[in-house]
Amino acid sequence: MNNNSLVSISDISKEEILRLLRQARYFEANPNHRILEGRVAATLFFEPSTRTRLSFETAVNRLGGRVIGFSDASTTSSSKGETLKDTIKMVSNYVDLIIMRHYLEGAARYATEVTDVPVINAGDGANQHPSQTMLDLYSIYKTQGTLENLTITMVGDLKYGRTVHSLLMALQYFNPTFNFVACKELQMPVEYKQFCDEHGIRYNEYTDFTPEVINSTDILYMTRVQRERFTDIMEYEKVKNLYTLNASMLEGSRDNLRVLHPLPRVNEIAYDVDDSPKAYYFQQAQNGLYARQAIICRALGIDIPEMVD
Amino acid sequence: MTEKKKELAVAALRNGTVIDRIPSSALFQAVKILGIEKLDKHVTIGNNLDSKILGTKGIIKVADTFFPEDVLNRIALIAPTAKINIIRDFEVVEKFPVSIPKSIVGIVKCDNPKCITNNEPMRTRFELIDEERHVLRCHYCGHTVSAKNAQIK
Repeated sequence: MNNNSLVSISDISKEEILRLLRQARYFEANPNHRILEGRVAATLFFEPSTRTRLSFETAVNRLGGRVIGFSDASTTSSSKGETLKDTIKMVSNYVDLIIMRHYLEGAARYATEVTDVPVINAGDGANQHPSQTMLDLYSIYKTQGTLENLTITMVGDLKYGRTVHSLLMALQYFNPTFNFVACKELQMPVEYKQFCDEHGIRYNEYTDFTPEVINSTDILYMTRVQRERFTDIMEYEKVKNLYTLNASMLEGSRDNLRVLHPLPRVNEIAYDVDDSPKAYYFQQAQNGLYARQAIICRALGIDIPEMVD
Repeated sequence: MTEKKKELAVAALRNGTVIDRIPSSALFQAVKILGIEKLDKHVTIGNNLDSKILGTKGIIKVADTFFPEDVLNRIALIAPTAKINIIRDFEVVEKFPVSIPKSIVGIVKCDNPKCITNNEPMRTRFELIDEERHVLRCHYCGHTVSAKNAQIK
């Protein structure tokens, strides 16, 4: 067990979140380093992912480290029936850091228990994805200049979307107001609404995606409504276009509003939004690099300067 | 006198532990959880005995054995009504209810099929997150379950 592992955003304090954000800011200003020279990181992707893996690998490379790993478990011994424990123990002999994504929930937590090498969770099933949360926070912080007292509207799949759940938990420290916009099938689960109640966090629920909601918002966090989440395909057909954002819907919105999306998007953000200065999802993905550089240094116990604008 | 006779129907104990007031339906699970099958001491098990509180109850008497409290507390999930009597020289020297432990290792099965614990040869672990409503949360995947609905392995 290594205490610098990062499995869930709830493992780290408000102070640590803020420190990571200031370090991400430093890496944005100075992305290339040699501080990981002589170190090797493993990216173990038991489930495919493009963005997350490439951004972690870029982060290690830009810090001067080297990367080994796989992006498809079917080419590894786990397809022969090797347990996760054995794979992790074996890889721990080779590397200084493990970055892993797994299709099973709790896999990363378990991995931390069988190795002394720090583990960064790059997504475990529908459970946690803390580096996504850090880049979301960094994007909010950068575009709004603060994390405090913001109105955040979450749209789309609020039931299964792990990114919205983790972001909600992380924002507990910053006095947010949430708007949850989703169809009945995909509403925010009751445990997260309970979490808001217990922490004195204000929230409103809507089934209609209206200009009134958009116009009172600082951050519009869009998510993809996935067909496979519906038991009744007719229901999916009915709702799939109800939560689509197009450029004209942003006309009356606040100047500081920014549109975020964890990507990949399908049709929930129309392409005409891309040209709006309020579209921020591609920069958001870029911010992932800096946030991950900060997370990697934290995992390895490397002290990094902090930077504030 | 009848009361006395009823008690003695399940044999008196000189030294040991009596686990009383177990719901009848949970008796054999409690036996399993406590590992009583593996003991070589005198063990008396009664079931479907009359109980004013439960209707019928089960009882386990184990001679010359004193379980650590955290072991006894493992049965609190399935038998929250259970009462422990510690007997020394035919006297009840201590009497206490069981309570659900803060951390429950290797007993409850997670009901999330995509949880790592259902796919690796490993022990499960749950934390008691709501002491009033008896809600348990899987340490690994985060799924919650109420203690009375928890599947025992």
